[in-house]
Amino acid sequence: MTETRFTKDHEWVLLDGTTATVGITDHAQEALGDVVFVELPAPGRTVEAGEACAVVESVKAASDVYAPLAGTITEANAAVEADPALVNSAATGDGWFFRMTLADPAAFAALMDEAGYAAFLETL
Amino acid sequence: MSESDLKTTPLDSLHRALGARMVPFAGYAMPVQYPAGIMAEHLHCRAQAALFDVSHMGQASLIGAGAAAALERCVPGEMQALKPGRQRYTLLTTEQGTIIDDLMVANLGDRLFLVVNASRKHIDLPHIQAALPAGITLEAHPDRALLALQGPAAATVLARLSSEAAAMPFMGFAALTVGGVPCLVSRSGYTGEDGFEISVPADSAEAFAKSLLDQPEVMPAGLGARDSLRLEAGLCLYGNDIDETTNVVEAGLVWTIGKRRRTAWDFPGAGPIRDMLENGPARLRVGILPEGRAPARGGTDITDAEGAVIGTVTSGGFGPTLGAPCAMGYVPAGLAADGTAISLMVRGKPLPARTAPMPFVPHRYIR
Repeated sequence: MTETRFTKDHEWVLLDGTTATVGITDHAQEALGDVVFVELPAPGRTVEAGEACAVVESVKAASDVYAPLAGTITEANAAVEADPALVNSAATGDGWFFRMTLADPAAFAALMDEAGYAAFLETL
Repeated sequence: MSESDLKTTPLDSLHRALGARMVPFAGYAMPVQYPAGIMAEHLHCRAQAALFDVSHMGQASLIGAGAAAALERCVPGEMQALKPGRQRYTLLTTEQGTIIDDLMVANLGDRLFLVVNASRKHIDLPHIQAALPAGITLEAHPDRALLALQGPAAATVLARLSSEAAAMPFMGFAALTVGGVPCLVSRSGYTGEDGFEISVPADSAEAFAKSLLDQPEVMPAGLGARDSLRLEAGLCLYGNDIDETTNVVEAGLVWTIGKRRRTAWDFPGAGPIRDMLENGPARLRVGILPEGRAPARGGTDITDAEGAVIGTVTSGGFGPTLGAPCAMGYVPAGLAADGTAISLMVRGKPLPARTAPMPFVPHRYIR
């Protein structure tokens, strides 16, 4: 059983067991514009919640992507490194950034659910 | 500065109707991109034609007998040799030989017409004014909009409104009626493509812009594409690549100094510039091609093989037509030769790069 939750930094987190897949939301890719480069964390790296661990660059500017929760990176998406435009065309699908094992899977519940994220976007 | 403090151009409501994303720039609310996005706007400009609103730039007339000689008190270019119907790129220089602004000057026969940067017009116009002798007046034109129609299809598009405008030579300048609107038309631009910059009365600007956007080849483009296009074309952005700390010689703009001016040495900063020409500049503006896909932005440190900081990137990003990152910046003159290996400190890591000739994308001006 999988579930997707969201951060205030506009990341989505899909949890499957203890493995989380992380990407940026449609709202984020829309705001960034055409993505031309991503830099992803190396597998094996341990990250704290909120730690800047990836970079996404549009034609115009560079932005950090943060680890939504503490854990260990297990996989970086080679497809999005080779074709950064995937972030625009498939932000919540093939355009994922990295996978990680969560240090505390229970912490996932503290992230916003879809309705919560939609309400958060309304406040911006 | 809050949104309400921003000035707007005569095309403000058109931008919003077109779905532009508006950003503050030089005190104006300006479109950074339209819904198509920077990449599409950039590529469309190189493939067909793009329309840019550059009404934030400063437009002014210099009027009176001897206006060209008077302007030469401020610039190293040969303004007196500029023939009617011709336009030239020149610089306002300091006594130190650095750059107050870069500008376009056209000879309209009875006056000179100037276009200066938006961010510098409040400095430039008083600066020029202070240098004028009696009998010569500088008149600003805040009541005029400025549109740039750029791209290989620009002439085809403009020909439908004015065959005369479409037949102008590169760097030609003329007062013409285009589509029923009295315009000042220049065949020039800031993209490396063929194109036109067209000054129109503010109250005609929206209808005029719409008449161009109605043409099938034309797409609106914002400041984002304007920046990536000029970077690929190797053209300087004032405030990034040139400013009051960069000398004309190190900026690689010696070509703007007129031949006669280089004999008379009678322009502001002539002494320091002559000195730098004779002894060689310590640093030079160069093109830079990062080896990977990561862009290096303005402000990035340039380092040598030992990790010592040797210079700074002044403009950098991703070149949509190049399909790769590109940049420009200043390096020691000894490392300025094309192909020299350098490193760019991006997020604390040295990225390999090489100095490279500019433009990164060949200019396609009409000759």
